[in-house]
Amino acid sequence: MRQPMSRFLRPRFSAWLLVLPLFLFSAATFVVPIVMMLARSVQDPELSRAFPQTAAALALWDGRDLPPASSIDTFIAELRDARGTEGLSFAANRLNSEISGFRSMLLRTARSLPRDRQDDPVAALARIDARWGERSTWAAMRRASGPFTDGFLLAALDRQRNDDGAVVRVAEERAVFVTVLLRTLWISTLVTVFCLLLGYPVAYLLASMPGRIANPLLVLVLIPFWTSVLVRTTAWVVLLQRDGMVNGLLQRLGLIEQPLTLIYNRTGVLIAMVHVLLPLMVLPLYSVMKGIGRAPMLAAMSLGARPFEAFLRVYLPQSVAGIGAGCLLVFISALGYYVTPELAGGGGDQMISYFIAFYTNRTTNWGLAGALSLILLVVTGLLYVAYARLSRGPRAPA
Amino acid sequence: MTERFVAFDGVTKTFAGGVHAVRDLNLDIARGEFVTFLGPSGSGKTTSLMMLAGFETPTAGSILLDGRSLDRLPPYHRGIGMVFQSYALFPHMTVAENIAFPLTVRRRPRAEIEDAVRQALDLVQLTAMGGRRPAQLSGGQQQRVALARALVFKPPLVLMDEPLGALDRQLREHMQIEIKHIHARLGVTLVYVTHDQGEALTMSDRIAIFRDGSLQQVGLPGEVYERPLTSFVAQFVGESNQFAGTLRDVTGLVELDGGWRMPATIVHPLAIGARTTVSVRPERIRLSRDDGAAGAVQELIYHGDHLRVVVRTDHGHAVFAKLLAGAVPAWVRDGAAIRVSWDAADARALDALPNHTTEEKLQ
Repeated sequence: MRQPMSRFLRPRFSAWLLVLPLFLFSAATFVVPIVMMLARSVQDPELSRAFPQTAAALALWDGRDLPPASSIDTFIAELRDARGTEGLSFAANRLNSEISGFRSMLLRTARSLPRDRQDDPVAALARIDARWGERSTWAAMRRASGPFTDGFLLAALDRQRNDDGAVVRVAEERAVFVTVLLRTLWISTLVTVFCLLLGYPVAYLLASMPGRIANPLLVLVLIPFWTSVLVRTTAWVVLLQRDGMVNGLLQRLGLIEQPLTLIYNRTGVLIAMVHVLLPLMVLPLYSVMKGIGRAPMLAAMSLGARPFEAFLRVYLPQSVAGIGAGCLLVFISALGYYVTPELAGGGGDQMISYFIAFYTNRTTNWGLAGALSLILLVVTGLLYVAYARLSRGPRAPA
Repeated sequence: MTERFVAFDGVTKTFAGGVHAVRDLNLDIARGEFVTFLGPSGSGKTTSLMMLAGFETPTAGSILLDGRSLDRLPPYHRGIGMVFQSYALFPHMTVAENIAFPLTVRRRPRAEIEDAVRQALDLVQLTAMGGRRPAQLSGGQQQRVALARALVFKPPLVLMDEPLGALDRQLREHMQIEIKHIHARLGVTLVYVTHDQGEALTMSDRIAIFRDGSLQQVGLPGEVYERPLTSFVAQFVGESNQFAGTLRDVTGLVELDGGWRMPATIVHPLAIGARTTVSVRPERIRLSRDDGAAGAVQELIYHGDHLRVVVRTDHGHAVFAKLLAGAVPAWVRDGAAIRVSWDAADARALDALPNHTTEEKLQ
């Protein structure tokens, strides 16, 4: 009896075929690019591609004093061959992210290399630029010699390797990413809390109304959800500006005398993000509350609980699943927000996605962009795991 | 009723849009009584119960509990136990926590709560289930938890809103008897809402029958069954043959449509020539070979303990009779010629039902 039953329950091969198009689509457009992007955070190919033998030689260098003359000879030879190639330009960019100014130094050196082999290659290079005589220059080259590096990930956490290879903090004025990550988490937390405070009563109201009233109201919740984030954020910029409608209204009501600064700061980011993300809170709450119904509250009151106590002891615990789902949705969506803080916030309100976009588009430092993405992904994953643990924890053993 | 423990005084409930859910309800319930509100859905029985519980407010009239007006008393101050149709157990609490709930909101001492919960679990025979969650119990067990929770704080009045609706027939019949026993043991006053007339007849001290927001009849189960006051009650409680006809003389002779003249008991004052509905219980129909209106057996339906016989009379009426198994004469056969009659005392001339043409128009 068992065998035939399980044969019908098992998804058949033809069923898998139906899933195949979507699987291929998402693999090609989503999974592969993300994996490639994240892989960039540990790859370091430029130098080893432009100067393969130099990279190999530097890997053997003990890091003390200067590399042996033979390695530097190899470098000079490879640099000469690389003149005018694209690979040299990439390598120069890469080295510039280690030490600023390295790019121009390398390109100038490539142009003015001596024609013949030199007895003292270091001195020959140092004649072109004195920095070739410094150990830190070569240490930077060794760090960039790849093919893999932890440099981007360290940089994304405001850490770097010093010339001795030890992990140290970067200089105070360059340390931004930890601050940005904490700021991202903080803004997301605030947005989640405000969404919960605003969304819970709305969901409760909707869930306790008869369908013919609740459904049109639910559409009102959904309309912003169906509107582009860009449009909604721009609308907030218009509403919240110095002589915008909100300030105008508050002034006319006599609540304020001077217009408030509501946009291009944290307030603007929070207002716009809460508005944009609110449906993500209301919808899961509503669906969970719809399942609770009116009966438990009525029962609790008939058993002697005042409405507030009935809510706290009976309704709220039953809606925890909705709170968890809503908060998770809002928080995780908020973590990756880019457009809204960019448009409604000031310089101090940019979240981590802004920097990912910055390094992807403007400086094409894809390694750092990938490292920041990876850190965002890991933080998100950890939060999800924590949520899954917590929400499973207090339940009865199944 | 000498004692008015619960009293509905001219209670009317009108919902938005002018729908009369309950019209001028006057009903007294004595202490310790088991009263069932019986009626089809939309008859106002549940609305009446909800007003008593405090979840609906009467539009007019007032409700008294033990001499006190409930008008301004919120549900949580009424001290009335209630069992809901859906049980409304709290899924995040154990069975024991559910049952303890009314005591914990009353801030009773822990020892007292533990005692009371144990007693309540014993009462509903769930002694070992206190640590489980409601979801781990069967429907019947959940029902018992809801019952225990409504009884544990010893309310003088317990309301039940179709509490057995979700159970299968056997379990439902078992629970009917169990609730009846618990009522007898605890002596609480119980108001029970159902649309199941069998349940009402089995359990209640008295039955109040609702229709379209109005109270049709209140009485002992036997009274309601044997002496219905309206054709609706006759039809809703038990089964009955109902024939439209016209009253021909003051002794109760009714000429049924189609020309069949039969005797009946006049229940309400009726003028000669007035339209009426004659209601006869199927077990009171007399079948014979030589006495009554002529007809033929149209259908025989076997029910184990009894046999249902449908007779088509020559006047065109379909009359259905119940015969106890073992008391079926051999001449009651499919298609056999047969005669139908009844005693005047078993036929009740009640209010006129709308005739068929108007009924069709209404639809």
